[in-house]
Amino acid sequence: MRKRNRWMALGMAAALLAGVIGSAATVAAEVHNDLDYDASGKKYAFVFKATGNPNGEKQMEGFKKVIEAYGGEVILKSPEAATVEGQITIVNELIQQQVDCIAITGNDVDALQPILTQAMDAGIKVLSTDGQVNPESRMIHVNQADSKLVGQTLAQGVADMIDNKGEIAVLSATSQSANQNTWIAYMQEELDENFKDVTCVEVAYGDDEFQKSVDQTQALITNYPELKAIVAPTTVGIAAAAKVVTDEGLNGKIAVTGLGLPSEMAEYIESGVCPYMYLWNPDYVGALTAYTSMALVEEKITGAVGDSFDGYLGDEKRSFSVTEALDGGTEVLLGEPFEFNSENISEWKDVF
Amino acid sequence: MAGKSGRVISAERTHDWKKQLMKWETFLFLIFIVVNIMNIFISPYYMSVNGLFTATSSFLEKAFIVLPMTYVLLIGEIDISVGATVALSACMLGITYNAGLPMGAAIIVCLLVGTLCGLLNGILLTKFTELAPMILTLGTQILYRGIAEILLTDKGTGGFTKVIWFQNLYWGKIGVIPVMFIVFIICALAFGIVMHKSTLGRWMYAIGGNDLAAKYSGIRVQRIRCIVYTLTGTFSAVTAFFLASRMGSVRSNIAEGYEMEAISMVVLGGVMTDGGKGNFPGVIIAVFVIGFLRYGLGLVNVPSQVMMVIIGVLLILAVLLPNLAKKIRGVRV
Repeated sequence: MRKRNRWMALGMAAALLAGVIGSAATVAAEVHNDLDYDASGKKYAFVFKATGNPNGEKQMEGFKKVIEAYGGEVILKSPEAATVEGQITIVNELIQQQVDCIAITGNDVDALQPILTQAMDAGIKVLSTDGQVNPESRMIHVNQADSKLVGQTLAQGVADMIDNKGEIAVLSATSQSANQNTWIAYMQEELDENFKDVTCVEVAYGDDEFQKSVDQTQALITNYPELKAIVAPTTVGIAAAAKVVTDEGLNGKIAVTGLGLPSEMAEYIESGVCPYMYLWNPDYVGALTAYTSMALVEEKITGAVGDSFDGYLGDEKRSFSVTEALDGGTEVLLGEPFEFNSENISEWKDVF
Repeated sequence: MAGKSGRVISAERTHDWKKQLMKWETFLFLIFIVVNIMNIFISPYYMSVNGLFTATSSFLEKAFIVLPMTYVLLIGEIDISVGATVALSACMLGITYNAGLPMGAAIIVCLLVGTLCGLLNGILLTKFTELAPMILTLGTQILYRGIAEILLTDKGTGGFTKVIWFQNLYWGKIGVIPVMFIVFIICALAFGIVMHKSTLGRWMYAIGGNDLAAKYSGIRVQRIRCIVYTLTGTFSAVTAFFLASRMGSVRSNIAEGYEMEAISMVVLGGVMTDGGKGNFPGVIIAVFVIGFLRYGLGLVNVPSQVMMVIIGVLLILAVLLPNLAKKIRGVRV
């Protein structure tokens, strides 16, 4: 035990040194635990895309709070880079540890199928959250928002920002990120239908790495001198794009929008580089993932359409029902994306 | 340097290396034991035959690159294009399979592509001997990965799970022993025997020790270099189809960073980048040291950044310790 603690201490120290924990202080919020769940003696794992992703850190925090409030043990793991090989290794380690449930944000839709199927064969409940894996690899998917609605909201938002006319570009995560690809597809569809004068000139991929996203933004700005807006449906990308636009003195010429964390984007929203952006509360995504996990483990749901279970989002108690997902599997929806703008950013920037 | 008396000097040297390197392998083996004892203490799930064999599967597919990489480092060179070669050959496997080729034929295509990648490295490096292997393979690394990206763009190619025997290459077991483990041990034995018992092995030591001297002793240095690079390509393709079997689908950005992982294992095994030194068993022990260390730490959920720190420290020690030992001995004499 002493040895284990020492490893943990070493871990914390190194993580702090690497700056991966970031500057966000944990908000000691009251977590409701009066629902009919009992996680004691059970192990719940959450596997994110990679370490050092602010959105992921918040989701994992939200997940952890809820599971621990019901007495469960939480394991949070992510590979050092956003690779699917790293996630496969992690899932194998979790199977060996005989966890009860694995929630995963997939780095690839299909490549996790063999190992996740093995996990399910070993009696482990498997769900995906945020980044989905294919229906054969999971029992249910926790979707932050209706994908179609996200795509439409992004399209309408960016069109409005540039007066329904001109060139825009997309800065995404990896080319295989299922959720980003779906949102971009719906965004394109909405643009084609209702905003014919808005052309999307390129979809660039920053792989959810800050430096690569910066490079990709610079390339977009150089290649398309007429560019009026950059849409980044990923928290890493939008922060990088806003920084480049600010640094290059292009505020007012190129607008940035997409999905971003209020705490990271506040200065850009206040400066006008990013007039408004969207996101759901990652803390809530984590919480909903936790409730879905517990409902699966306690066999309140099987992941079939029509199942329903209760959970808290902040102080609001809600009932969630399982619906059919676009990929043929099933999912549970968190809600619609929320708009952050210069009027409300000050109250949100300290929250997440 | 010694010119005419070169032979005598080199014979003395061999003796000296042997003494020193015996120690290194013993040391590595001790680390291996320590790692295992530590793992047993930190995780109740570690001591399980089934679990341990399954764990070997998570690093052995990369270790197929380690085998020829040992030769590359032994002759004093480096090949950093292997990760990209894995990606390109795996993508070709997926593309040809989905174009209607039977899986067996797709594997042959995969092996051919890997071999060609290695051969191209070999030909370029032997025809233009002034090129630095590090720079040339950096170029081909970008080239091979680029071709893979052009072929597949941002899509994946998959459906391998439908072919049961192909799935079993990676996932299959005979008793508790994974098929891949057996294949690896056979390949490792073959590589070890060639390195220590064959003429080719002695030639490689000679080239690594002093390629000019080797050339003047009548060794066809360039031909051997070409063979070594080609072999590296072929075995990168072996990694590729095991990886494809593991994931059931592939895309162009798989196997990133494999070159560094393979080189790390070889260096930890005692084969230094300046060539001519090292023993094969050391490399194999190193593969298992790093693999089990990662697995054990993974079982107690040590964050992956911390694991990188630990493995980094191990590597620095691996290159530092022999030098320190030499210095201490130097002072004493």
